[in-house]
Amino acid sequence: MIKLIGILIVVAGFALRFNPLLVVMAAGIATGLVAGMSFNEIMELFGTYFVQNRNVTLLVILMLPVVGLLERYGLRERAETLIRRVRSATAGRVLLFYTAVRQVSIALGINIGGHAAMVRPLVTPMAEGAARARHGELPDQTSQAIRANAAAAENVGNFFGEDTIFAVGAIYLIKGVLDTSGHKVSVWALSLWGIPTALVAFGAMWWRVRVLDRRIERETAAPPAEGER
Amino acid sequence: MKLLTLDLFYIIAGTFLLLAAGRIALDRTHPQRWGSAVFWGLLALTFLAGKALPPTLSGYFLLALVVLAATKQVGEKPEAGSPLTERVASAARLKNRLFVPALLIPATAILGTLALSRLHVGDLWLIDSASITVTSVCLGAAVAVVAGLRVTGAPVTTPVAEGSRLLQTIGWAIILPQFLAALGGIFAKAGVGAVVADVVAQALPTQYPFVAVLAYCVGMALFTICMGNAFAAFPVITLGIGLPFIVGLHAGNPAIMAAIGMLCGYCGTLLTPMAANFNVVPAMLLELRDKNAVIKAQVPIALTILAANIALMYFCVYRF
Repeated sequence: MIKLIGILIVVAGFALRFNPLLVVMAAGIATGLVAGMSFNEIMELFGTYFVQNRNVTLLVILMLPVVGLLERYGLRERAETLIRRVRSATAGRVLLFYTAVRQVSIALGINIGGHAAMVRPLVTPMAEGAARARHGELPDQTSQAIRANAAAAENVGNFFGEDTIFAVGAIYLIKGVLDTSGHKVSVWALSLWGIPTALVAFGAMWWRVRVLDRRIERETAAPPAEGER
Repeated sequence: MKLLTLDLFYIIAGTFLLLAAGRIALDRTHPQRWGSAVFWGLLALTFLAGKALPPTLSGYFLLALVVLAATKQVGEKPEAGSPLTERVASAARLKNRLFVPALLIPATAILGTLALSRLHVGDLWLIDSASITVTSVCLGAAVAVVAGLRVTGAPVTTPVAEGSRLLQTIGWAIILPQFLAALGGIFAKAGVGAVVADVVAQALPTQYPFVAVLAYCVGMALFTICMGNAFAAFPVITLGIGLPFIVGLHAGNPAIMAAIGMLCGYCGTLLTPMAANFNVVPAMLLELRDKNAVIKAQVPIALTILAANIALMYFCVYRF
């Protein structure tokens, strides 16, 4: 039981809003110490795993120069101009369309999205642009809500398309775990049983973007109440 | 022999980080000049030297990064972006040509995944096939920078300057995902997962088939919330709860159980700040004031999908 101290530190640390890096380091050190490691051994493990997992940060870093450059020259403004010409576009429909593209492409094993590469430079300007074309200037809270939902559209499309049709990533982890415990399963059976959830996820996203579109209508119809800034 | 490997792109990323650190160090007006410069400089070293550094030294570098971030020595310079009028004028001038570099990223990713991975002259391969999807996207980013410079006619220093501005907008949170992955490694080494599985298994009446499904699905989601990573939760919860109760005790179908179980883990991913690359870094990147705004937007979605998964697994896993 004492080994769970790391989880406890993480939960308490996040809840009390300490710096997350500090919380993670404290959790790692505490867990290592109760498992009988020395401080240097813990630092060695942190160093090893941190360097091993550089690929986690790599894509975000590599996207920054090109995204920054294109933003400087007006990419976001251009994306907004373009979406204003599509009369049927709403913020919600833009996001739902993006989720669909993301689900289908990742099901085919192609990773075309990302918060840095697509959501910030293209998806959020288009969604906010569609809302502005219909309702004029957006209150700050409305534009924040659109952006948060754009991040959700990326995550939902990414997570719930992955395990269907073409077996990628997670499927091999699942197969590996089951195989080593003596249960032979086919990759195709695993992919097939990912499809119903993919459809449910798309349905849930459809519901949320309708809620978002209605919220945008409401918040742009009446000026925000005093003191609600 | 492979021409384009992840190691090459680690060096490119490290060089960019080092240039960003250098720009900050030379900027006398930066409010947190030295703390920020040292932070990005040390991170650059872990990317440039990587596995050549002694792991213990990298560990102490990390400790330094944490101290700098926690004592608020890492920050961004306010009012750094370019004026709106300038951007609007440039957008009107360049029109849709601006999209070409942005769309080259996915286009290169598709081409790389499907075709470039097969290119080789004898033993000399163009792309390392072991990490084909990530390497293709990296290549896309590199191609896009070159195209972006051509389209905009910007000097080569602009991508570094603007990239460094975005880097500072995200700030120290950019290393949180990688740091959490390291914590996952330490948890695994210390045997945390086995303890969790034991506790759940003893606390619940798993002799009922529905309770077994519920415990497995909710267990996957909860443990993912704690670990921030469904892949880390999957072996622990599947070996600890899924296989012994759903498959062993109630003769359920392991393929259905595992496929849907992993997706229950993803519901957990939507709900936790521990999954920093999906929930926290985007909040910084999209400049949201509430750092939990992404998670809050995802709560209804995650709970809907989780409920559907539980129903789906209960009706299918004992039947097919």
